[in-house]
Amino acid sequence: MNIQTQPRLSAAESALIDAYNASFGELPGNGAVASARDRLLDDLKTKGLPTRRIEAWHYTDLKTLLRTVPTETSTAVIDARAPFVEGSPVLAALQGKVDAKAAVEGVVVSAFADMLREGTAAPGLSVIDGDDAIGRINGSFVADGYVLEVPADTELETPIEIQAIHGGGQVHTRFPVSFGANSKATVIERHAATGDGAAFVSTVSDISLEDGADVTWVIVQQQGADDTHLGQIRIRVGADAKLKLFVINAGGKLVRQELRIDVSGENAELTLRGVNLLGGDTHTDVTLVLAHNVPNTSSTEVFRNVVFDRARGVFQGMIKVALDAQKTDAKMSCNTLLLSDDADFSAKPELEIFADDVVCGHGATVADIDDNHLYYMMARGIPENKARAMLVNAFVAEIVEELENEPLVEALEGIISVWLEKHA
Amino acid sequence: MLEIKNLHARIAEDGTEIIRGLNLTVKAGEVAAIMGPNGSGKSTLSYILSGREDYEVTEGDILYNGESILELDPAERASKGIFLAFQYPVEIPGVATMQFLKVAMNEQRKARGEEELTTPEFIRRVKESAAELKINMDMLKRPLNVGFSGGEKKRAEILQMALLQPQLCVLDETDSGLDIDALKIVADGVNALKSPDRATIVITHYQRLLDYIVPDSVHVLYKGQIIRSGDKELALELEANGYADIIGAAA
Repeated sequence: MNIQTQPRLSAAESALIDAYNASFGELPGNGAVASARDRLLDDLKTKGLPTRRIEAWHYTDLKTLLRTVPTETSTAVIDARAPFVEGSPVLAALQGKVDAKAAVEGVVVSAFADMLREGTAAPGLSVIDGDDAIGRINGSFVADGYVLEVPADTELETPIEIQAIHGGGQVHTRFPVSFGANSKATVIERHAATGDGAAFVSTVSDISLEDGADVTWVIVQQQGADDTHLGQIRIRVGADAKLKLFVINAGGKLVRQELRIDVSGENAELTLRGVNLLGGDTHTDVTLVLAHNVPNTSSTEVFRNVVFDRARGVFQGMIKVALDAQKTDAKMSCNTLLLSDDADFSAKPELEIFADDVVCGHGATVADIDDNHLYYMMARGIPENKARAMLVNAFVAEIVEELENEPLVEALEGIISVWLEKHA
Repeated sequence: MLEIKNLHARIAEDGTEIIRGLNLTVKAGEVAAIMGPNGSGKSTLSYILSGREDYEVTEGDILYNGESILELDPAERASKGIFLAFQYPVEIPGVATMQFLKVAMNEQRKARGEEELTTPEFIRRVKESAAELKINMDMLKRPLNVGFSGGEKKRAEILQMALLQPQLCVLDETDSGLDIDALKIVADGVNALKSPDRATIVITHYQRLLDYIVPDSVHVLYKGQIIRSGDKELALELEANGYADIIGAAA
């Protein structure tokens, strides 16, 4: 006979459980949703937050790193910001609440809170696997978000922006988005803070690309200096679909950004790019799990990281190629500039290949600024600090330019130069 | 303009001495050619003039307009008007050529207390100089030197020189990798900059470039020293007889 001992709860774990109990009856959802939430919270109680003993969280020991969880949610009135790209329609989720009247031409927009109340959200309140702490936390607490449906054959000229802004406290949002067959769209998912108080944010974007859809999805994470951001994007990619996913992390104190992608249709083409700008005493983790499930699909993954101060960064990139996913072509690289003696970056590329006729590769580099480049620029009269800033900028700008959408590229370059001015 | 006195210098990393008591004076308006066999220290001399950190001056001095420049970093030397056209210009991905040119010109102007150039004025100057060097503006839209052919890189160096208007131009093996047409274009670009208050040091292996950029003085560098100086006839003599005679005479 075994004696089951309850693990000791950390302050953050206790705070989450207390917050759940306190919100009893307030979180939207029918019976099915309530039971789903209860199950997820029970798992959280028994498993606790993941520690470094869980392989998927080895470099981001959430139990240790997450010291406190704010209980008070700010009631301040927050205004939406100007669109990231001029002229984009903005779907603002302020303090986790959506605008019921929000509309975008050509897109069916509704509120996730309604899906919770109707119970249609219940099946989605699930974890991807036993170690999916983000799915568990978000499923327990999620209150609202936008549900978008881009109908088949719709082509949207202007990017749509989902703008999640908070003023501190707990914020849990979810954004289910479906792109119909042969639709074409660009979506910017932007997370930012007013800076009024520490926040604990969990967010899940649940996305499907039907056959032939052509989608650019850009995640802009600019949380406040005391914020925890647990983000997850789940994407299913259909046949002949094209996905460009771009993630930029330029904020937050403790950040985990999970990219969980299933390629389930032949001839799908994926371009995954990430930029991590890390400074101060922060911890940022980008974890990619990309599954090539069918034959004849291709993907390229390029992540560029610049690390200043005492910042710590993590990149875990797992590419899985299923047994019958022949002719998969996947290339992953993770390049890091370490710009201080105390900066730290861990890169863990992994390939799990069961098919025998594939081209898969990965590479990781860690370096300082190239002295030859620095010397050349200085020899033309550019002072050292300016030359360094230009080279750091160049290191990340190179992959931003691949987006090939001028206003979007400019907006992202703007974030990068403002960030570098503050931290470099 | 430039006075190098008993210069000794070594590679910082391993202490290998490359320059061993070099003396050289170049006056304003002068074109001085430095020739010498492989490994004599020609490129090292150009790096030391530009202030590259990989080399350490252990003895002697370099006076530029009467002042020692040994304590200045490469950017400070550049703003004072020293320009090195590299033998192998580096490719810098992600840095747009036009942005690089503009920052370089304006940083030098700032350092000298001059007004920064407006964008239209900057573009006007680039277009003008690029046209003279037969450089396509499309090439300048690429990242700095990235994907440029050998000849394009050399022309881009001369373009930078024309835009930055230095006082002391050092050309390190600018002829290497150029076909005869490109060589003429580059030489014309260098000659166009000739003026009574500007000095040029041409470092080369071969006499060929000196048919187009005619030197006032020719100096033979061997084992880190100038072992012989003369006028342009010396270059022709070297072309005809090789370095062996001179090296033998100096030994």
